[in-house]
Amino acid sequence: MIAGVGHTAYGKLPGRSPTSMNVEAVRKALADARVEKDAVDALFVKYPTSGHVPMYGQVVAEALGVQPRIGGVWDQGGATNISMLSFAAMAISHGQCEVAVVTTADNPRTGTRQAYERAWGDDAPFGWFGTPAGYAMIARRHMEEFGTTHEQLGEIAVAARRHGATNPDAQLRAPITLEDFTQSRPVVDPFCRDDCCLISDGAAAIVVMSRERARQLGAPAPVPVLGFGQGQTSWEVAQRPTLTETAAAVSAHTAFAMAGIGPEQVDVAQLYDCFTITVLMTLEDYGFCRKGQGGPFVADGALQLGGALPTNTSGGLLSETGMPGMQLVLEGVRQMRGTSVNQVPGAQTCVVSNQGGIMHTHSTLVLGQE
Amino acid sequence: MLPRPEVTPLTEPYWSGLAAGELRFQHCRDCGNAWLPARDECPRCLSRSHDWQVASGGGRIISWVVYRQAVHEAFVERIPYNVAIVELDEGPRLITNVDAREEELAIELPVRLRIDEDDGLHLPRFTLAGGRWSR
Ligand SMILES: [Zn+2]
Repeated sequence: MIAGVGHTAYGKLPGRSPTSMNVEAVRKALADARVEKDAVDALFVKYPTSGHVPMYGQVVAEALGVQPRIGGVWDQGGATNISMLSFAAMAISHGQCEVAVVTTADNPRTGTRQAYERAWGDDAPFGWFGTPAGYAMIARRHMEEFGTTHEQLGEIAVAARRHGATNPDAQLRAPITLEDFTQSRPVVDPFCRDDCCLISDGAAAIVVMSRERARQLGAPAPVPVLGFGQGQTSWEVAQRPTLTETAAAVSAHTAFAMAGIGPEQVDVAQLYDCFTITVLMTLEDYGFCRKGQGGPFVADGALQLGGALPTNTSGGLLSETGMPGMQLVLEGVRQMRGTSVNQVPGAQTCVVSNQGGIMHTHSTLVLGQE
Repeated sequence: MLPRPEVTPLTEPYWSGLAAGELRFQHCRDCGNAWLPARDECPRCLSRSHDWQVASGGGRIISWVVYRQAVHEAFVERIPYNVAIVELDEGPRLITNVDAREEELAIELPVRLRIDEDDGLHLPRFTLAGGRWSR
């Protein structure tokens, strides 16, 4: 069960260290779960991409004044958070711990964003730099193979921005039209600015425990974890045998099998949207539509409230915060509690995806209700 | 100035090959696998026994992007420029630039190696196999 969630403000947080932001998010998550920090016996921390510190898990544990039985720092890029949640759940089910905190914080907006702009190996003389270009390479291949259009990718951004506009916590509360999207500043073809996620400071945390422990501790609104899964590919983009299929398929298969449901039973989705293409390919790899049909699937507002699959209902990385993934878990929890600002009426099941590197790593979470 | 590759004992045969006018790739003596960029072990059979072979120069475009804004100062004057993934006829794939007009680019298009001397570096770039030189 996810018994509590908490987050800092999103956006520009000058002067705040990742450690300080982690502490704030954890304090709020524990308060949401109504759990004293002394009950915490496991701490899973995502490494801050902007500045890695050795033994960072112990740094955060000391700042929190907790003495975990197990935990540490995990690195799968943007797939890390659901991955850590999965390991926390497995540790709990094997008696290794009882109350696990999973937390993430980073400050690439006021700190350094070098990690996202670096050259790839010895390929810098060709001008091959940066995370957006890696995804653009995949998007181009998808467009050429399947006829996917930039306007179709735009539907993903339009939906996210529309949802973010009504979320008071969102960093970017400015809805856009498809025309705004196609007119936004070109970055690296086929991507323009509005294909790309925000860059944000901030932290978010969750508290994980068994159903029994949640009952004992009196957590007011625990949300059941029905399933989780992971998948990885090791190849860099240039070496990957196929650019248009990802480890999301393996990850989703594992998670759906564990939950005992299929994509047709999902009421609302929070899909990692570091770039528009990521959502489109995740929809395909999860089985919401066939491979290559992501473009037609997202057309006509399918991802908006009232559409076939309301997606990224708090705005996602494109509008709420560029934080790598935990905000999507938090919105999944709110949807299952019925407390989202963009609540999907009667939603019983929510799928959440996290994804890292240039589609190297993937993790999937299925949330349900009691 | 173009950013310089970090030449190591492992990658030195690659860069000296380009300076000598040939594109070399690694080839496993045990399983026949062929790959770039340079590694200590064959990623298929994990053998350390490999040699360098010379690419014929033929290949095809897997995908490409066009930079509209420069991430590195050396490319401010060069935008817009493309970066492509090319698969050599022998199998290895590499990051490169294709000397072609934007509207000519397409996946699976045959390309031909052209080693450019650019800013003191010898770089493996490509032209369209059926196409013309655009500069
Ligand atoms: Zn081998």
